[in-house]
Formats: sequence, structure tokens, C-alpha cells
Amino acid sequence: MKFVLKRRSILPGFGLSLGFTVFYLCLIVLIPLSAVFIKTSTLTWHQFWHVVLSPRALASYRLSFGASLIAASINMVFGVLVAWVLVRYDFPLKRLFDSVIDLPFALPTAVAGIALTTIYAPNGWLGRPLAALGIKAAYTALGVTIALTFIGLPFVVRTVQPVLEDLDKELEEAAASLGARRWQTFIRVLLPTILPAALTGFAMAFARAVGEYGSVIFIAGNMPMRTEITPLLIITKLQEYDYAGATAIAVAMLVVSFALLLPINLLQRWSGSRTEREPDPVEAR
Amino acid sequence: MSISVRGIRKNFGQFQALDDVDLEIPDGQLVALLGPSGSGKTTLLRIIAGLEFADCGTVQFDGRDISDQSARDRHVGFVFQHYALFRHMTVFENIAFGLRVRPRLLRPPEQEIRDKVNELLSLIQLKNQARRYPSQLSGGQRQRVALARALAVEPAVLLLDEPFGSLDAKVRQELRHWLRQLHDKVHITSVFVTHDQEEALEVADLVAVMNEGHIEQVGNPEEVYNRPVTPFVYNFLGNVNIFHGRVDDGKAYIQETDTGNLAFVRPHLLEITRQPNGANHFRATTTHINSAGPVVKVDAITEWGAPVHVEMSQERFQALRLAKNELVFVTPRDIAVFGKERAS
Amino acid sequence: MASVAQTQFRAALAPHSTAAGVATSEPAAVRWVLIGIAVAFLAIFLFLPLAVVFGTAFQKGIEVYFQVFRDPDTQAAIRLTLLAAGIAVPLNVVFGVSAAWLIGKFEFFGKSLLITLIDLPFSVSPVVAGLIYVLLFGLQGLLGPWLIAHGIRIVFAVPGIVLATIFVTFPFVARELLPMIQSQGNDEEEAALTLGAGGWQTFFRVTLPNVKWALIYGVILCNARAMGEFGAVSVVSGHIRGLTDTMPLHIEILYNDYQFVAAFAVASLLALLALATLVVKSIAEWKAGQESAAQTAADTERPQ
Repeated sequence: MKFVLKRRSILPGFGLSLGFTVFYLCLIVLIPLSAVFIKTSTLTWHQFWHVVLSPRALASYRLSFGASLIAASINMVFGVLVAWVLVRYDFPLKRLFDSVIDLPFALPTAVAGIALTTIYAPNGWLGRPLAALGIKAAYTALGVTIALTFIGLPFVVRTVQPVLEDLDKELEEAAASLGARRWQTFIRVLLPTILPAALTGFAMAFARAVGEYGSVIFIAGNMPMRTEITPLLIITKLQEYDYAGATAIAVAMLVVSFALLLPINLLQRWSGSRTEREPDPVEAR
Repeated sequence: MSISVRGIRKNFGQFQALDDVDLEIPDGQLVALLGPSGSGKTTLLRIIAGLEFADCGTVQFDGRDISDQSARDRHVGFVFQHYALFRHMTVFENIAFGLRVRPRLLRPPEQEIRDKVNELLSLIQLKNQARRYPSQLSGGQRQRVALARALAVEPAVLLLDEPFGSLDAKVRQELRHWLRQLHDKVHITSVFVTHDQEEALEVADLVAVMNEGHIEQVGNPEEVYNRPVTPFVYNFLGNVNIFHGRVDDGKAYIQETDTGNLAFVRPHLLEITRQPNGANHFRATTTHINSAGPVVKVDAITEWGAPVHVEMSQERFQALRLAKNELVFVTPRDIAVFGKERAS
Repeated sequence: MASVAQTQFRAALAPHSTAAGVATSEPAAVRWVLIGIAVAFLAIFLFLPLAVVFGTAFQKGIEVYFQVFRDPDTQAAIRLTLLAAGIAVPLNVVFGVSAAWLIGKFEFFGKSLLITLIDLPFSVSPVVAGLIYVLLFGLQGLLGPWLIAHGIRIVFAVPGIVLATIFVTFPFVARELLPMIQSQGNDEEEAALTLGAGGWQTFFRVTLPNVKWALIYGVILCNARAMGEFGAVSVVSGHIRGLTDTMPLHIEILYNDYQFVAAFAVASLLALLALATLVVKSIAEWKAGQESAAQTAADTERPQ
């Protein structure tokens, strides 16, 4: 079978668009990215692991990854709930709530950061009642988790919504006619269908949360070993001119990010949310 | 403009769409590419248009080799199966498009463009819909706009890809007649693709029957229907009864037993009588009669248990006073026998 | 291909029948409890922060609010933000259009890889994004000495900020356009070609108008993210007040100085921009939904 580099097409502009796209990509992404790996190579393996596995770094991973995991989980549960409510029910101002879901995408992280801190600070609107209950929200890991929940909120909702919208009513009717109660139908029929999408959203929320900086930096206490997130650790090292150290940790983060890309990719394929149309050579012609 | 296609081969990955296809299309004729899905007819049309490129072979317009020219340079009018109207442009703008994108030197003045478009709008009887958008039109209307748009640039060749495929039966009929009348008026070399044999036989001057990437037969409608040269053509065009058969002394006979050959007989060429009349007949028992329509359709089982379908005129039916479960004699008037391997 | 952090531009389909039959709906009580929980969750996490932004900004009255914007440092920050966005967004639009055309219209080897690469900035922490440019152009960076020798400052200066902004926001336009272009197929473009249109003519007259709303939303979103970028710019800028401070960085400075009203006043501008982005998205989705509904309605034969 002939190996085809490009299927011959009659639409113009392939050369131009390919050239420009690749050029831009190299300039903005690939070349700068390679700088990271080049710089890292100036470290010996021993040095590299020394930085990446230092107690302070480990503490920051615990916080960053741990809080991200919890936040993404919260978003998965509530995201499915919100998506369900938006798709299945009608209530006043529904369109407003639907539109506002995307706020964490459009709102600058710094704005979110200071707003959340103000709310959850000991004298804030929610911070005060929480303090009365003995719960300290701001400047703790809890605050970090809250902030990460905020920025991950749209992911699960937006991946689950289309799946719910496309669900065939007949599936549920069939289950009902066979005697299933409503909650049984939900657990046995509906949940498995939306699970791939929910997991995709979870993975995306998690990946975003791990690297998040702006919304978290204000509400975290930023105390090393206790409430310091990994991105902050990188910045601190930069300010100390420890470029090598900062780079090492950045590489560790990059590797984790790339490692997350694969499962996300696979999950998206599983949930069928492909946006890429496959070439169809056997269309009836 | 005559079209000449020679030795065309086209593969899509592992799938062979066209296998060494030759076709001559005379100037001014309306030609149908007829065949089932996957026969390669649309691929062939697109290769003629320059929307696909063959792996090998040539396409010639009036003897000129244009195989390497892109669609843009071939000046063909192409009507797509799903119309491909520009959805954000009005009917008027759609039809005017081809004229408006001409390079400045070749572009006619705006008034001339407007006159031309209005002329075409009258031709397709949509003068009142000029300001509408495609989404506001019915399927039949959209198809006519697509046709007018293709004709606006005065192409030398008109190519239509299943032009009436997605329309209601009634609308399809009307547009069929309309296309034929249009062609009689305009006399532009036209090729259209269809899987509907009734359409091809009714509209076209010349029919090319295609199957699995090659052409089975080319001829005018009368030829391909009455004198099919392969079992596929026989079967594809019109109804047919298939029995075991043999040839003796140049005459064809129907056999009960398997002879390795197949006999094809059209339903209207089987004569039903109450008494045997001469040799070469067989007995059958009627099972079902459908007398609603211009032609009466009778289903029966032959004496050896094979199903047979017969068509006869209403007069004949009345004269016979035929009913269910009656024993009758069936005489074939015309049999074609083919070797079994050919009748895939 | 992965799409970390992206709202797919959903063309809201013709109203899906959500009218529940008896067999497929929950008892009203259950329904309202679920609605209540969902609404409460959204209110706490989304509406509350918005309220706080505007509430605190106007806490001391309108006069004080406008006073904030008379501060020269604040004005410089706003100017720099506009500049960075003004350069980053158009460049990213050209890239986005080019990439969407390339990926949407052609089949070629390496397409999946390309898509993954375009998604890269989504999976990279903004701090790391900023670090990348510091490593390349900083004093101790790979190109550092060469730049110093030529008196060019990128890091800790405006060019660095612009570059970091471009990096973080460049996938947005492409990712909004791509599904639109792909779902529309090539028929109209092929028709245009058979009618004699050239490449650019086809693109501007046929393709672009069909993806108009996806493009508009992509631009608005790209702009909102460009103006609001914090982490990457924070690393690259050096925080030189009045010179290399963008609006988000300025907000941080004001906040850390306990000038809460000022901080939230500047934040309120960006919040308004975010709200405008959401409005445009709603309109765009609604328009696309209308078009798609009209298309399906017209596809069913109507008596002429």
C-alpha cells in the first residue's frame, strides 16, 4: 500500500497555511520550550533529583496535586449535577446560570484570586461564618482547594452537557417499561453513558488546577512546607537566581503535564468527543 | 464540447473505486452514469470535473488533454448532491457568484450581471425568491438555484451529482422533466449521476451503466433496457425473473434443473394462458395478484417450486378473469441466457 | 489530541425535547432539591466572587472609584495591557485562521501531532510558560549574552510580556474555529472553485462568513485571556511599577499594599470584560443554533 504523505486535494492554500502555522509554532512554542530542556541538561542527574525531591518540593507537590485532586473530584460530582439540572430541568434564570458557567474561563486569575480571598478571609462574607464554626478557609490548604474548584468548574459541566443533550429518551423509557425505578435507571443506564465525559472533564480540571497560579496565590498562605504551591516554588527559586533549580522543578511539572495529556486524549476518544473528522475513503461514490 | 475519458483508475486507500474506465461523451448529449452505491459513478464525475484526480488515465475536452487542470480552470458547471449553496448569500448572490469572482478584466459590468441573473431566475421560475436565503427554500427550489448558479458562468459542460437524490418522489418527477426540457433548450453537454434507473431511462440520451468501478454497457435507453449485454445490466434495469436455463440450437429454454447457466426473463414478456399454446411453456399456480395500477402484477409458483413474477395489461387481466390459486400456463416470449459466473 | 481547558463552541441545537414523560422524570420534590443544590453551588462559587468584585470596588462610592483610574501607574498598567493584547490577539487570529484552514480542510501526515502541539499551552502552567522565556532571553538565558551585547531587553521589558501573552493565548482562536470549519465540510468551497473563484476569494467570500460567530467568539475570548494573563507575565515582567506592570500585576501590587478598593476597581474593569465575553458567547451560540435549526427545518420538504 502506498504511503501517502498528503492526500491530493483541490483546495488551495496548503503550502501557505502549513508554512505559516509551523513557523509560528516553532517560534512561539517549540524553540522556547526547548530552552527548558537545554537548561536542564546543565544539571547532573544527582543535582536534578536533589532539587526535584527536596522536602520543600515534595511538600509543594502534596499541596498542588492533592488539592487539585480534591477540587477536580468536587467538580466532577457537582459538575454532573449542574449539567443534569441545566439539561433536564427548567427554572427561572436558567439561561443566566448556563452562561455564567464559563466565567472561570474568561475571568482573569488575579481577579478571581483576590475576590476569593476576600470572601474567605476571616472577616469575609463566608469566612466569618466559617470561622464561627472553627474552620479557617483563607491561607490554608482548604482555601487552595476552594480556589482550584472555582477554576475547574466549567470543565466537567461543559463536557457532560453535550452528552446529556444527545441522550436518547428511548433508553430511559425502555428501562422504565422494564420495571426500573428512576434512581436505578440513573445508576445503571445514564451514569455509565456520561462517565467517560465526566472523567474527561475531571482530567482536564485536574491538569489545569495543578499548574494554576494566579487564583491560588492570594488565598494560599504561601508558607514553605505548609501552604506553598509548586508554581510559587518555581518563582521563589527564580527570584533567588536559582535558575537551575527553578528549571528542574519546571521540567518535573512539564513531564507530569505531558503524562496527563495521553490519558486525557484517550478519554476523549473513549467518550467519542472527537472533533477531528476521519478521512472517509469509502463513502458511496 | 465532447468529453473523452480513457483508462481511468482510482483508488482510495485499499478500495478500488474505478478500474480502467473508458467513456466517450458526444457533444450536446445528456448522459446518465447509472449504477448502485459504490459503483464509482460519482468518483468518475468528480474526476471529469477536476474535483478529484485519477491515479492514471486521461480526461479530454474536445480532444484537449485537461487531466492535470484544476476544477477552476476547466470551466465546468457542477451541481452538487446537497446543492452546496452558499448559505449566507441570497439566491441572487448565489447565482451571481461565478460572474462576480471573475478577474477584473474578464468581469462583466454589474448591470450585465444583474440582467443575466434575472434571466436565469425567470428560467428557473424563482424570480420572487431572489432575496431569500437557501435555508428558506424547499429542496426542489434549492436544486434549481444550484443549477442556475452553475449555468450562470456559461460552462461548456454541465455535471450533476445525483441532482434529485434527496427530494420527494413527486418533486423528483417534476424536476426530471424540467431538466430534460432545459437540456433541449440549451443543448449543453451534460452528465448526471443517478442510482435511479427509471430516471436515467426517462431523461438521458445515453446511459452508461456502471458496476464496481467499471462500465458494463453504454447505449441509448432503449438499447440498454431491451438488449442488455450482461446479467448485471439486465438485473439493474427493470424487473427480471431468473431461472436455470440452457441454449439449444440458438434457442433459449428454461430448465428446472441446474445447468450452470441462468435465464433472464422480463415480467411483461411472460404470457399467461389457460391452455398450453405450443412448446416452451411451464405450469404455475398463482399466489398473489395486485391489480391496482396501470399494470397488473401477478405472483405465482412454478411447477418446480420457483417464484415467478408476471406483468400484464388490465385488458388481458380482465379477459383472463384470473384469480388466486389457479393453475395457469406461462410462456416466455424472450429469454436471455448467461453463464453463471457472469451473473454475480 | 487533547484539549485541556477549552470550552467547545457548542452550536446550541434546535430545542431538544426536554419535556419529560411520566416514565422519565423525577418527582417534583427531588427535582427542586437538585435544582436548589445546583443553584446554590453556582451561586457560591460564581456569583459571589463577582458580587465581591463590584461590591468592594464601589464600597467607598463612585468618586473614589473613578479616582483610582487617575493614578499614573494604573494608567500605565492599562496602557501596557492594551498594548500586549493589541499585538497578541491579531497575531494569534492570523495563526488561528491559518491553522484552522490547514487542519480543517486537508488530510496529511502529522496532523494529530500538530493538533497536540497547538494544545500545548493549555497543559503548561503559566509560571512555566513565563519561565521558558526567561530561560531563553533572560540574563542567564541561552540568548542572554547576545541580547545584552546588542542592547535588546526582552525579559523584564515589554517585548517579553508580549511574547508570554502570545504563548499563553495562541490556541484559543484556532480551537474555536477548527470544529466549525470541520463540521461544515468542503462542498461550498468546491462549488466556489468550480465557479472560477480563486483561493483567497473562496476563503473570504465563502469560508469566513460561515464561521463568523466562532471567529468573533474566539477573538473575544483570546482578548479576555490576553488581558487577564497573570502567571506567565508575572515571571517575565520583573514587576517594575509604571513600566512593566500589566493590569493583573497592578492588581496584585495594589492588593498587597492593602489598597483594596483600588485593587478591586481595576479588577472590576477586567470583570466587565469577562462578562462581555460571556455575553458574546451566548449571542454566538444562539445565532449558530438559529442557523442550524433553520437548516434542519428547511431540509424537510415543504409544499411549494
